[in-house]
Amino acid sequence: MPTVPAITNLDELKSHPAVARLVAWNSAAVQGAKFDREEMTIYLDRSCIREACAVLRDDAECAFNFLSDVTCVDWYPSEPRFEVVYHLLSISKKERVRLKVRLDGDSPAVESLTSVWPGANYFEREVFDLFGIRFTGHPYLRRILMPEDWEGHPLRKDYPVEGYS
Amino acid sequence: MAHLTPTPVLEPGQDRTMILNMGPQHPSTHGVLRVLLEIDGETVVRMMPDIGFLHTGIEKTCEAKFYQQVVPLTDRIDYLCPMTNNLCYVLAVEKLLGLEIPPKAQWLRVLLNELTRINSHLVWLGTHALDLGAMTVFLYCFREREEILRMFEMVSGQRMMTSYFRVGGIALEPPLGFFDRVRDFASYFPSKVDEYENLLTGNPIWLMRTKGVAVMSAEDAIALGATGPTLRGSGVDLDLRRDMPYSGYENFQFKVPVAQEGDVFARYMCRVQELRESIEIVKQALAGMPEGPIKADAPKVVLPDREKMKTEMEALIYHFKIITEGFAVPAGEVYQAVESPRGEMGYYIVSDGTAKPYRVHMRSACFANLQTLPKMCEGRLLADVVAAIGSIDIVLGEIDR
Repeated sequence: MPTVPAITNLDELKSHPAVARLVAWNSAAVQGAKFDREEMTIYLDRSCIREACAVLRDDAECAFNFLSDVTCVDWYPSEPRFEVVYHLLSISKKERVRLKVRLDGDSPAVESLTSVWPGANYFEREVFDLFGIRFTGHPYLRRILMPEDWEGHPLRKDYPVEGYS
Repeated sequence: MAHLTPTPVLEPGQDRTMILNMGPQHPSTHGVLRVLLEIDGETVVRMMPDIGFLHTGIEKTCEAKFYQQVVPLTDRIDYLCPMTNNLCYVLAVEKLLGLEIPPKAQWLRVLLNELTRINSHLVWLGTHALDLGAMTVFLYCFREREEILRMFEMVSGQRMMTSYFRVGGIALEPPLGFFDRVRDFASYFPSKVDEYENLLTGNPIWLMRTKGVAVMSAEDAIALGATGPTLRGSGVDLDLRRDMPYSGYENFQFKVPVAQEGDVFARYMCRVQELRESIEIVKQALAGMPEGPIKADAPKVVLPDREKMKTEMEALIYHFKIITEGFAVPAGEVYQAVESPRGEMGYYIVSDGTAKPYRVHMRSACFANLQTLPKMCEGRLLADVVAAIGSIDIVLGEIDR
């Protein structure tokens, strides 16, 4: 099947405006990048995600002014266990980019994006609810889909699909 | 359900305000949405939507199913636009697999997606008008919707939970007479839209209930993640069908209605004009429908024809293997977004190389659109809350998943 191999060499990907901008801003924050199936993924250091998003949003070249989605992937039992995934969209350039932050399984926390995009509010609450990841600086970090007194985080891989009592 | 615990979520900020609970069974909340309102007389001071009543854990269920078994689950997310969800999911899996879809399947998908959009907008228009006191429109809209549901039944055997699309194509050839029926519908539908507009667009009561009500600026809409007519009603020209085409939408000519005012009426106008544009796309799809197969040439992924199974050994083996073991999908991840009737519907799928998805995440348009509700309603009258809820066209099944 005609899938092109993914490009993971950061130097090859520097022509992409988002990668170039982030490397120019803080090269230590960019841990890697991947171009696979026409989609760009950038791995960022967990301490820089909020500032990196603000940079991408305000940069005229990138103009990633819209936060499409925030979600998470659990790679249990490997560490770092969680990947928080952000999908950004540029309304003017019609482009997407995916940002990823890796978090350890032990009390995972990352900065909230609500000060950059207020719309991150519900998405982060959902990730908190279903994965148990804390978003520091979130104005109202409570369960959103599950009942308030629920124990556990259902989308974690160590949470069974059925037979939970 | 998140806030049914003893701790009240919203406490009155001042002596003169009170907390009003609306829903989760209020007729105008379109499902089970609960809204907590702090009101000062008739004015809404603060507002907090409470969701989760329909949460079924579909994302978790997907992780335990084969890729092809997820298709029927996607219908159940948004029961007003099942085909859009089917399409978004199969497009994402096809992107992971690198499958080429034959043109006829793509055009059929576009045709059915536009019928789905009309179907969804008709339910929205009928119930939205009903909320604001116009009963007749509801009956008119459901008359035309019934015809669309019958067409869905023709192709898939189901009125609502169609599950008609498959990874690699569509399930079956449409039956004889289907295209004639669609052609007939497309010929008279624009006059029906005129009928709805005659009842509403110039109606002074309708204008008073919608014009200048629940206004949202373009900046707020973008910052809060609104998409679809909710965003276009605030003057932001973004339609994924035109801007990031999928499934052959680049072959169709259509306008994207945008309104500048950002009020309930602007969102209403966007959707009503979309009804007209969608029927134009349906007509183009009918006129240019290509000939050829409806399934991709990928025997390990696409189920063989029944006839072949009776005569060819390989077809029988592939059929058995797909049903019992599924098909392995190369490791990787994709995010596929489509323009659903409500906005950007996105599927993020992570594959670890096995026959079951490692993670399926649905980016629901309503989930993000719902966040705009407090912005629209705070500082406005209580009666406008009903208009605002109707104008963002929420489907709680999609929000709670």
